[in-house]
Amino acid sequence: MATIALDNLRHSYMANPDGDADWALKKVTLDWADRGAYALLGPSGCGKTTLLNLVSGLLKPTEGRVLFDGQDVTSATPEERNIAQVFQFPVIYDTMTVYDNLAFPLRNRGVERGEIDWRVREVAKMLELDDLLKHRASGLTADGKQKISLGRGLVRSDVNVIMFDEPLTVIDPHLKWVLRSKLKELHQRIRRTMIYVTHDQTEALTFADSVVVMNDGEVVQTGTPIELFERPSHTFVGHFIGSPGMNVLPCEFTGDWPAFAGQPVVVANADAYRGNGGVLEIGVRPEFISFADAGIAVRIVKVFDAGRHRIVETEHGGHIIKMLVPEDDSIPGDSAFVKFDPEHTRLYRDGWLVT
Amino acid sequence: MNKSVSQGAWWFVLPVVLLVAFNAIIPLMTVVNYSVQESFGENMFFWSGVRWFEQVLRSDRFLSALVRQVMFSGIVLVIEIPLGLMIALAMPRRGPWVSVCLVLMALPLLIPWNVVGAMWNIMALPDIGLLGKGLNALGLNYNYTRQPGAAWFTVVLMDVWHWTSLIVLLCYAGLVSIPDAYYQAAKIDSAPRWAVFRYIELPKLRYVLTIAILLRFMDSFMIYTEVVVLTGGGPGNATTFLSIDLVKTALGQFDLGPAAAMSLIYFLIILLLSWLFYTLMMRNQAR
Repeated sequence: MATIALDNLRHSYMANPDGDADWALKKVTLDWADRGAYALLGPSGCGKTTLLNLVSGLLKPTEGRVLFDGQDVTSATPEERNIAQVFQFPVIYDTMTVYDNLAFPLRNRGVERGEIDWRVREVAKMLELDDLLKHRASGLTADGKQKISLGRGLVRSDVNVIMFDEPLTVIDPHLKWVLRSKLKELHQRIRRTMIYVTHDQTEALTFADSVVVMNDGEVVQTGTPIELFERPSHTFVGHFIGSPGMNVLPCEFTGDWPAFAGQPVVVANADAYRGNGGVLEIGVRPEFISFADAGIAVRIVKVFDAGRHRIVETEHGGHIIKMLVPEDDSIPGDSAFVKFDPEHTRLYRDGWLVT
Repeated sequence: MNKSVSQGAWWFVLPVVLLVAFNAIIPLMTVVNYSVQESFGENMFFWSGVRWFEQVLRSDRFLSALVRQVMFSGIVLVIEIPLGLMIALAMPRRGPWVSVCLVLMALPLLIPWNVVGAMWNIMALPDIGLLGKGLNALGLNYNYTRQPGAAWFTVVLMDVWHWTSLIVLLCYAGLVSIPDAYYQAAKIDSAPRWAVFRYIELPKLRYVLTIAILLRFMDSFMIYTEVVVLTGGGPGNATTFLSIDLVKTALGQFDLGPAAAMSLIYFLIILLLSWLFYTLMMRNQAR
């Protein structure tokens, strides 16, 4: 078990990186506490797997340091770092039984037989694999195989961190949910540091206590799921998290408030703005927009039924504004006025939250 | 709803039927025809039943050629499969050397078979060849035109040189297709190198190796050109394999009946052994 610190970590897959585009990971400084459940969230190609491989030691960073419990492990092998990793596609040893698969990492480390046996049985029980121990691993379903990969990490008592690289990609949708809650439950039971990489916001937000959102090789925001939802520090986070994502509307600052469509909009962080230019935008989530008697005039474009609520797509001057309306509320016919909840409407400058 | 059945589709199958008839069925049936008849000049044929088959199966000449053939295939497989696998494992997976290695490996496969025979024939000559002269200079008494042992050594060496590359290329393709995650997982599980081979590489190479063994078995069992050019089946009959014996019977002595019977037996042996190999290896995989 260990606290993990990443100190000014940069990585490029090229021999001589030149310019921003060559860096897969631009500059990351992060601290992860012991026993936490963390998620790395971001779109494909944002550098999250690179970051994971740097932590696990499968890659060596071009610059910067990786520290486990304050000790520099930047050039240590995955073995020396004592990590476990579950890959996107189930990695199992086909010719071995489930039991041998789980025992493999212990046997390689020369653990004594009796201890191997009880550890394997305990982990198998935890993962509900105990009936399958004698079966050949290749005969299992995808979720069974992923459980084995996870089990190979869990049998080791000395594991510093268990990492998951999009582990549910190949799992059937109805089993994803089961396996996800199993993971969460496991984490609460064994309290090991876990880092979970995914591009699926539901997976990240349900699993992790703290989520690191990445985009384009950079960390955009780190926070609890609620913070990410209620107070996105970058328009990217607002857009990426939530379904549908946050509305981002252009605005101009006139007087005390930013104005959109000629109407002043009350934002929560107007005081922080010091008139220093840049591209200004208003961010407001669809959850915090409602119909009103007066305000911003919109035309209703489309209504989607999403079960318990409806997503209403409205438009003003070419800008799409999406809003969520509870299923019982009525929706005006063609045109209407909307208002933004001032508590949850924020001003962004060059993409970043004005603070 | 009833589907209408049209017999018109048979017309589309016809070209293939004709093609197969001309290149397989008709020649094969001609051989069958010869094998059950006695032939004289001027196209006179007499029915002779299974006499030729009995004669071939009872002849020492055929049986010793068969034994030589089985030994040759066995030796060649035992050397080429492990050697090819080892070379494939040692080849680089990334970088500029990959293409260099691949081209070097593919070279022997690109040389016409009779040229391979001629090359080795000259190279192994005891008085002027590099190999022959070199071995004699080392104090070894080596003359493949006189010593059966030396002839076998040369033939096997030539086949290993010519065909190990095929195993290398097949195994290399199999190795490259193993996802990196397996190696990474093995690293994380602190698996030693032999365990990576035993539990990851070998299982993933099973299908490739099955095909490689089958191909090499069939080819080596039918070897003709290289050996004929190198030793002509000699010295004596020391390297007279089934195919060489067959050609001697059919074209040298013009014994069409026995030669046809021999061809069919030869064909059935290859078919049977290939089927046996394949089913055994596939059954192991299913388990």
